[in-house]
Amino acid sequence: MNGAQDLGGMMGFGPVAPERNEPVFHAPWERRALGVTLCCNALGEWNIDINRRTRESLHPVDYLGSSYYEIWIKGLTRLLAERGLVNPAEMEAGHALEPARPTARPTLKAADVPAALAKGGPCDRPLDRAPLFAAGDRVRTRNMNPAGHTRLPRYARDKLGIVERRHGAFVFPDKNAHRLGEDPQWVYTVVFTGRALWGEAADPTLTVSIDCWEPYLERA
Amino acid sequence: MPHDGHHDHEEGSPLPEIALRVKALESILVEKGYVDPAAIDAIVETYEIKVGPRNGAKVVAKAWSDPAYLERLRRDATAAIAELGFTGRQGEHMVAVENTPPLQGKPGRHNIVVCTLCSCYPWSVLGLPPVWYKAAPYRAKAVIDPRGTLADFGVTLPKETEIRVWDSTAELRYLVLPMRPEGTEGWDEARLATLVTRDSMIGTGLALSPERVA
Repeated sequence: MNGAQDLGGMMGFGPVAPERNEPVFHAPWERRALGVTLCCNALGEWNIDINRRTRESLHPVDYLGSSYYEIWIKGLTRLLAERGLVNPAEMEAGHALEPARPTARPTLKAADVPAALAKGGPCDRPLDRAPLFAAGDRVRTRNMNPAGHTRLPRYARDKLGIVERRHGAFVFPDKNAHRLGEDPQWVYTVVFTGRALWGEAADPTLTVSIDCWEPYLERA
Repeated sequence: MPHDGHHDHEEGSPLPEIALRVKALESILVEKGYVDPAAIDAIVETYEIKVGPRNGAKVVAKAWSDPAYLERLRRDATAAIAELGFTGRQGEHMVAVENTPPLQGKPGRHNIVVCTLCSCYPWSVLGLPPVWYKAAPYRAKAVIDPRGTLADFGVTLPKETEIRVWDSTAELRYLVLPMRPEGTEGWDEARLATLVTRDSMIGTGLALSPERVA
C-alpha cells in the first residue's frame, strides 16, 4: 500500500542525525519491546510479511510520529488482537480476562532462544520454474499501486533498469502478507541510474538498486 | 520522531505512555503463558552484549587480510560469514558489497545500504540498527541524495566516485566492505578490525585511518 512506510525520496525531514556512541537501547522499555515482539513472532501466528503489513497500516500521522519500537508495539498490539491472543479490553484492564488459547507454535523458552536466533527464518524456497530474466536484461518495473502489501517502492515503479543479478526464489510478500500462501518467486537485483529515478538533476554518479520479485518486472 | 526522550527513565519521574503500554502487554502475555520473561532477557542479552558490529568488523578484517576468504565472501557471503560463526536472524541471506578505489582511469565506487520501506538490517553481523537507520530522514534521503546524506555524517567523497545505494527491499541483507586504510601493511586481523566502524559497514562512514586508533 502507498503508506507512510514508503519513504524513499520524500523531503522535508531535515538532516540525518547520527548519535555519537549511541547505546543499543535508549530506555528500558525498548529492551522489553524487542523481546516481547520476537517472543510473539515465535508463536507462529503470523509471518514476517504480515508483521510488516500491519506496521505499514498504521495511520501515516501515527507512523511518522512514532519511534521504531513504538511502531513495533502498535503493530504487535493489533496482531495480538486480530489473532484473539490479547484483546483490547485486556490491554485496557492490564491483565488477562480470557483464558489463553493454543498457539501455532509453543511459547519460546529462554533455553531455546540462542538456537532460535541462530537459526533465523530463511525465506528462500525451491522453485520448479525457469526464471524469466537473466543478468544484463533490460526491464521495466510495473506501474502498480496495490491496496495490499508490496515491496516495490513508489519511487521505483514504472522505471527502466537492468537486472544485475538473479538470486534464488523467495517467499512472495505480496501474497504471504495476506495469508495467501508463500507463492515463491525469483528475486533479482535491479539497478537504475539516478537519472532514471529522479530526472535530469540527479547525481550523475548515482545508481540505486532494489531487490525485485519477478512479478514486479516486465521485459523492456 | 520519538515522543519520549532518548534518555533512560529517571527515578521518580512518570513513565512515558509507551513504557506503561509495553509493561502491561508483557504482563498480560506472561500471565497467559504466551511469553516467557526469561526468553525476553535472553533475547535482550544477545543483542546488547553478544551480537553487534564487532562481528562484521571481523568479517571485513578477514576479507582485507585473506584473498581466498574475500573470494568466498564474493561467491557466497552467507556461507563465508557463517565460517566465523555469525548466522541467524536477519542474516540468513547475506551479500557483501565492496568499496573500490579508482583503477586505470575508472572511478572508485562507494556503497551505501538503506531500507526505505522498513528497517531491514544485517543483524547477525551488525546487531540492532541505530535509531537514525530506522528513522524517516535517512530512509527518505539516502536514495535521492546520497552525497547530502554522507555530508550529514561528515563524509565527503571525490566527485567522480560512483555511488551505489542498495535499497534492501527483499530478504537479502547487505554488508559493505569498506576500503582498507593506507598505512596498515602487516597489521593482523584483530588490529585491522579496530579500524572497522559500524557506519563503514553501512556505507555512511569510512574505515578509520591508523592514526585515529593509535
